[in-house]
Amino acid sequence: MYRLKRQFLAGPYLLWVAGFILLPLAFILYYAFTTDGGGFTLSQITAIADPVHVKSLLLSLKLGFFCTVVCLLLAYPLCLILSRFHFRHQSFVVFLFILPMWMNFMLRILAWRLLLSNSGLINSLFELVGIGRVKMLNTQLSVVFGMVYDFLPFMVLPIYNSMARINKDVVEAAKDLGANSLTVLVKIVIPLTLSGIISGIIMVFVPALTSFVISDLLGGGKVLLIGNVIEQEFMQGMNWHLGSGLSVVLMVFVIASMALLNIFDKDGGGAAVW
Amino acid sequence: MVKKAVQRVYLAVIFLFLYLPILVLIVLSFNNSKSRVIWGGFTLKWYASCFTDETIMSAFTTTLKITVAAAVLSTLIGTLAAIGIHAMKKRNKAIMLGATNIPLLNADIVTGISMMLLFVRFTNLGFVTVLIAHITFNIPYVILNVLPKLSEAGRSTYEAALDLGASPLYAFYKITWPEIRSGVFSGFLMAVTMSLDDFSITFFTKGAGVNTLSTMLYTELRKGIRPELYALSTILFLLAFCLLLVMNVHSDRTAVAAKRQDAHRHTEMRKPC
Repeated sequence: MYRLKRQFLAGPYLLWVAGFILLPLAFILYYAFTTDGGGFTLSQITAIADPVHVKSLLLSLKLGFFCTVVCLLLAYPLCLILSRFHFRHQSFVVFLFILPMWMNFMLRILAWRLLLSNSGLINSLFELVGIGRVKMLNTQLSVVFGMVYDFLPFMVLPIYNSMARINKDVVEAAKDLGANSLTVLVKIVIPLTLSGIISGIIMVFVPALTSFVISDLLGGGKVLLIGNVIEQEFMQGMNWHLGSGLSVVLMVFVIASMALLNIFDKDGGGAAVW
Repeated sequence: MVKKAVQRVYLAVIFLFLYLPILVLIVLSFNNSKSRVIWGGFTLKWYASCFTDETIMSAFTTTLKITVAAAVLSTLIGTLAAIGIHAMKKRNKAIMLGATNIPLLNADIVTGISMMLLFVRFTNLGFVTVLIAHITFNIPYVILNVLPKLSEAGRSTYEAALDLGASPLYAFYKITWPEIRSGVFSGFLMAVTMSLDDFSITFFTKGAGVNTLSTMLYTELRKGIRPELYALSTILFLLAFCLLLVMNVHSDRTAVAAKRQDAHRHTEMRKPC
């Protein structure tokens, strides 16, 4: 009785979901499967087979994959260290990783452009140590670098949260029974943080796969990701049908990667760790 | 000992990586030279002139209006939704949570484009369309912050209050609100952060006349960023830094108090044994 009434509180949200989440998706599907005249077509979807589009999709997958791997390799040891610190409040860690977002994203990436440029701080340091100047800006490497910078918090936070939830008694029990730290890590900590790892991977891989601003700013127009192609179709080419078609293909890749990861996520709570 | 040192160095490197660009921007905001590579001495003039520049101020007020309005409205809708979803049966709950995950997990570019396609069919792009888009991507953060608090609180105390004759509003205020307050607050904060930092979705839904700081920066990128923007961003960043620090100290205190209370309760419970 009480519950029934309270369910109605979700009413405004339900309308919002229908109007501004589901309806827009219906629109993008409509555009993807029609021509300018309104007739049905599959050509906007099959346009992904165009060599230019295939190339940028493969490049996006490649850079997205590298970005995710680097984020995971950086974040996991980081979380292990952070979880040993006894912060009085867990939110302090969240705070440290959220705070940079208050400096405008565009400006932060721009600062990296200055730092990575041929005459920038990092290259000056390289020269000082004797490595010599390395061309970093406007390469695939600098794009991956920018992605790792921007998306690292999205890998750290879910993993850290799942690690903080591990019952310390379990770890101690394992140690009492003679397990060394490596065994504890492999048999206890990693399995218990698996759902955090999976949401981290999703939260990093999806934006990396679909990003267009970072590749624009740090790739100098030389690194054309599928996101850049879609953005150009909408903003410059004015071919909304083709742009929608490619977006739908992109969405299929996003859904496929999430489905693939969910197979490993037995807890099921993966996405909702925030 | 060595292990400890390695750990500390690793932490330092990661935080340097995260905060180095911010440091660069703060330094640039005090640079008395329009060049981004030459240090021309210390100045505060960009801090003065950023408040008189009309385009910057208009983008800034638009950003503030959208951020505050989107955060307040999404917190309201999201909190109500979380309470509603919490009361639902398993199957409906799963459906609603699935829908909540769509804007969270979908690519920003796809969310932005799909909303633009909807909006241009019915209206002109502008302030309202950006606001709607921001509310849409903010709500999931609120729901996901409030829902765990509701689960922790459980239903029985609220229902007991109703059984004892409290009106639903009174029961909410006295029972539910204290339990979920911190979740609502962090949801709100998350919404503010996401709105303030968003570029992609704003870019697609804004139309010609409206500019937030992010979209203005994007158009200015080709001709070079004015130093006033570094100054304004530095002010925003330092403001956020102080705000979050104060709140963190505050929540630390409440957490410690709660822990003490907890410990106290435990000792009391042990006594009879």
